[in-house]
Amino acid sequence: MKKTSKAKNLLKGDFLTYLLVIVVYAVFQFMIANGSLGSLYEGLLVPVCIYVIMALALNLVVGIVGELSLGHAGFMCVGAFSGAIFSKITADMITTDLLRFVLAILVGAVTAAVFGFLIGIPVLRLNGDYLAIVTLAFGEIIKNVMNVIYLGVDEKGLHFSMKDELALNLAEGGKTIVKGPQGIIGTPHNSTFTIGVVLILITLVIVLNLIHSRSGRAIMAIRDNRIAAESIGINITKYKMMAFVISAALAGVAGVLYSHNISSLQAQPQNFGYNMSIMILVYVVLGGIGNMRGSIIAAAILTVLPEMLREFQDYRMLMYAIVLILMMLFNWAPACRRFRERYSLKRIFAKKNTKEAQ
Amino acid sequence: MSFINYLISGISLGSIYAIIALGYTMVYGIAKMLNFAHGDVIMVGAFTVYTVSRTMGMNPIIGVLLSVVVCTVLGMLIERVAYKPLRGASSPLAVLITAIGVSYLLQNLALLIFGSTPVSFTSVIPWKGISLAGGKLNISGVTIVTIVACIIIMAGLTSFIRHSKAGQAMLAVSEDKGAAQLMGINVNGTIALTFAIGSALAALAGVLLCSAYPSLTPYTGAMPGIKAFVAAVFGGIGSVPGAMIGGILLGIIENLSKAYISQQLSDAIVFAVLIVVLLIKPTGIMGKNIQEKV
Amino acid sequence: MALLEVKNITISFGGLKAVNSFSVSIEKGQLYGLIGPNGAGKTTVFNLLTGVYKPDSGAVELDGQNITGKSTIEINHAGIARTFQNIRLFKELSVLDNVKVGLHNEYKYSTLSGILRLPSYWKTEKQMNERAMELLKVFDLDGEASTLAANLPYGKQRKLEIARALATDPKLLLLDEPAAGMNPNETAELMETIRFVRDNFDMTILLIEHDMKLVSGICEKLTVLNFGATLACGETAQVLNDPEVIKAYLGE
Repeated sequence: MKKTSKAKNLLKGDFLTYLLVIVVYAVFQFMIANGSLGSLYEGLLVPVCIYVIMALALNLVVGIVGELSLGHAGFMCVGAFSGAIFSKITADMITTDLLRFVLAILVGAVTAAVFGFLIGIPVLRLNGDYLAIVTLAFGEIIKNVMNVIYLGVDEKGLHFSMKDELALNLAEGGKTIVKGPQGIIGTPHNSTFTIGVVLILITLVIVLNLIHSRSGRAIMAIRDNRIAAESIGINITKYKMMAFVISAALAGVAGVLYSHNISSLQAQPQNFGYNMSIMILVYVVLGGIGNMRGSIIAAAILTVLPEMLREFQDYRMLMYAIVLILMMLFNWAPACRRFRERYSLKRIFAKKNTKEAQ
Repeated sequence: MSFINYLISGISLGSIYAIIALGYTMVYGIAKMLNFAHGDVIMVGAFTVYTVSRTMGMNPIIGVLLSVVVCTVLGMLIERVAYKPLRGASSPLAVLITAIGVSYLLQNLALLIFGSTPVSFTSVIPWKGISLAGGKLNISGVTIVTIVACIIIMAGLTSFIRHSKAGQAMLAVSEDKGAAQLMGINVNGTIALTFAIGSALAALAGVLLCSAYPSLTPYTGAMPGIKAFVAAVFGGIGSVPGAMIGGILLGIIENLSKAYISQQLSDAIVFAVLIVVLLIKPTGIMGKNIQEKV
Repeated sequence: MALLEVKNITISFGGLKAVNSFSVSIEKGQLYGLIGPNGAGKTTVFNLLTGVYKPDSGAVELDGQNITGKSTIEINHAGIARTFQNIRLFKELSVLDNVKVGLHNEYKYSTLSGILRLPSYWKTEKQMNERAMELLKVFDLDGEASTLAANLPYGKQRKLEIARALATDPKLLLLDEPAAGMNPNETAELMETIRFVRDNFDMTILLIEHDMKLVSGICEKLTVLNFGATLACGETAQVLNDPEVIKAYLGE
């Protein structure tokens, strides 16, 4: 009996998450339609979608795999650039915006997944602090390398250089796509709120259904006890890699959404440096590690809130830092845990019930 | 000749990394945690000297002494408030994420107080340095002082750990916390002492770093901090001579790749070193192997 | 032919021979005990049998198949499952999910059909639930299927570990001190359960135990380890009356 009610609860929980996203979407669409949403907030809708997807992707690694990746901004960077390059090259070939954008999203996801796989090979042999610092290293390497890449196209095909624009040797009429530190200029503005929300929903389906599947259980088993998981024949590397690659691909999708929402794309510390990875981590921790609905809410609120509290702009990062520390202490310090268990409402009610039953 | 110049400035930069790496490696060895905020303590140290000598107009040497005091207190405070409560937490990620939070906090506090525009730091070492080989080989005073300071610190720390009671307690705690406790060692006190020493060294590293590279911002400590951690891993985490070797090698690698490969890619190369080390010899040059007990 | 045939396995750690030329032969369906004072090397034998450590020399054969030096995962696939002295459950998963993870290699569908919830997902998940509940019922844990494993009382955690190991459908089950921390009533109940598992699952069981009542009550044969070496081996009653064994346990 208990089992079925549990399954129902789980489904109800997931269902509630989907519902939340759809309802919020409908409300904002309505507000856009009747013009009650200012242009400032309208401009925030796509970024909210980007950070929600990033938070979900990172939570898959932090909450489900149980490892800390500080390089997710790097995967976002890979997705952003590969998607934008694809869109620029095919701008004349594929004239349907939506089709080209969908393909660009796939290109971004696959490229980020490939990077996730290649980086995962060395990284997933490590754990804990080492894994965190090595993912950070990879993120920084990606960002640095993006700044020295030059890519151009002419009738002979693609030209690549890591020196400068001249070294591309473009023929007459060829165009430079990636210009080293200046990045990519003029990516089509294809990102919309609707596409963003659809991508959030797809991300949710992937992440939530993965968690409740055979593979998801294996991943969480490894998180809880690697040695026991091995003893019952679970392939540790395979499942950690699977989650890591999926997470990287989702971060890549967020990147494509990002690059198609701005007119000039550069790999800088602010957007793809490890500060961004930490920012996303703040969303994940605030929403609750392993709690996908929490990640969505935290990412959305923390993206919008700073705009609402402009006068507190200077204190914003400071508050994030303090909240991050307090949340960790409150949720994880053994003393706090004991305290909360002793005074939790659930327990007080449970005690009452058993007393009454006696 | 320019190669030797690059090499010497590499050793000097590496000496700074080595001093920072000591803080990481000691804390990692004893508290088994990556103190992400260690790099930002460097920045606090440098800003203390800046405030005392520039804003308050006092002798820079007083600034240096004061900055050591400030950083020591800060390091112990961070340990007490943010890390100690999390000892024994069920997830190893908890203290790591908290440390990231502390790093973020220090950066943003500094940002509020000093702003984001770089301030120029006056070297505390007025000595011009020496000129060899008929002026072809110039070694600045900062470079010499840094290298000498690194050697002194290393020798001092090694003899402290070998010969003092507190040093022996550190070794015992790093070996087995529970057993050390049973032998009557004050484990919490030893961990606090480790943070104090590490942070004091960070203050010195901050002064030396900013004397050599005089532009100071709230983010000054972050990157050298991470690189010093790379150095600590390179040398073998938990090992004092390892931190020195790793730091100096990393400084040389960084400077030579800046000079001969690419200015922009030098950071990427430093990080690539970390990845290669962890792939080939995860315990570093001087580290030892630890296996989980089943 | 014996189900498990271990020939002279040896391993040393830094000069110390933790297990020295250990041999054992266990017939199919046997309930076999491995006893000895603390630090005798019993758990190390388990770690050698399950591939956590690789023996320096010697050979292990399971059902005629050479499994010496294979990885933990391969050995589990070959048919050995175990429990741990210090309980190792998946604490943040429910009791049911702990067993379902054990069914991982018995019931399969692809990750993609899991994400897309294709018919194979629903069909296999249903079968997994049924099988997992069956196993939980054996250990009287079916009432707590949705409880988090971390919240189970100690005795039940030990039982859940056995259920999880059984879920992998092993030929040989290794139990590392299954009765540790249990009171006499719980131990008596556990003895019944172990017998039941042997009879109904057609299982061969090798167990490490300090509780002599349990050992003499259910084990048919025993091997006694002392300082990594085999001190005695044979029928339970005979071994327990061996003066050498008594000396090793009680001192002189």
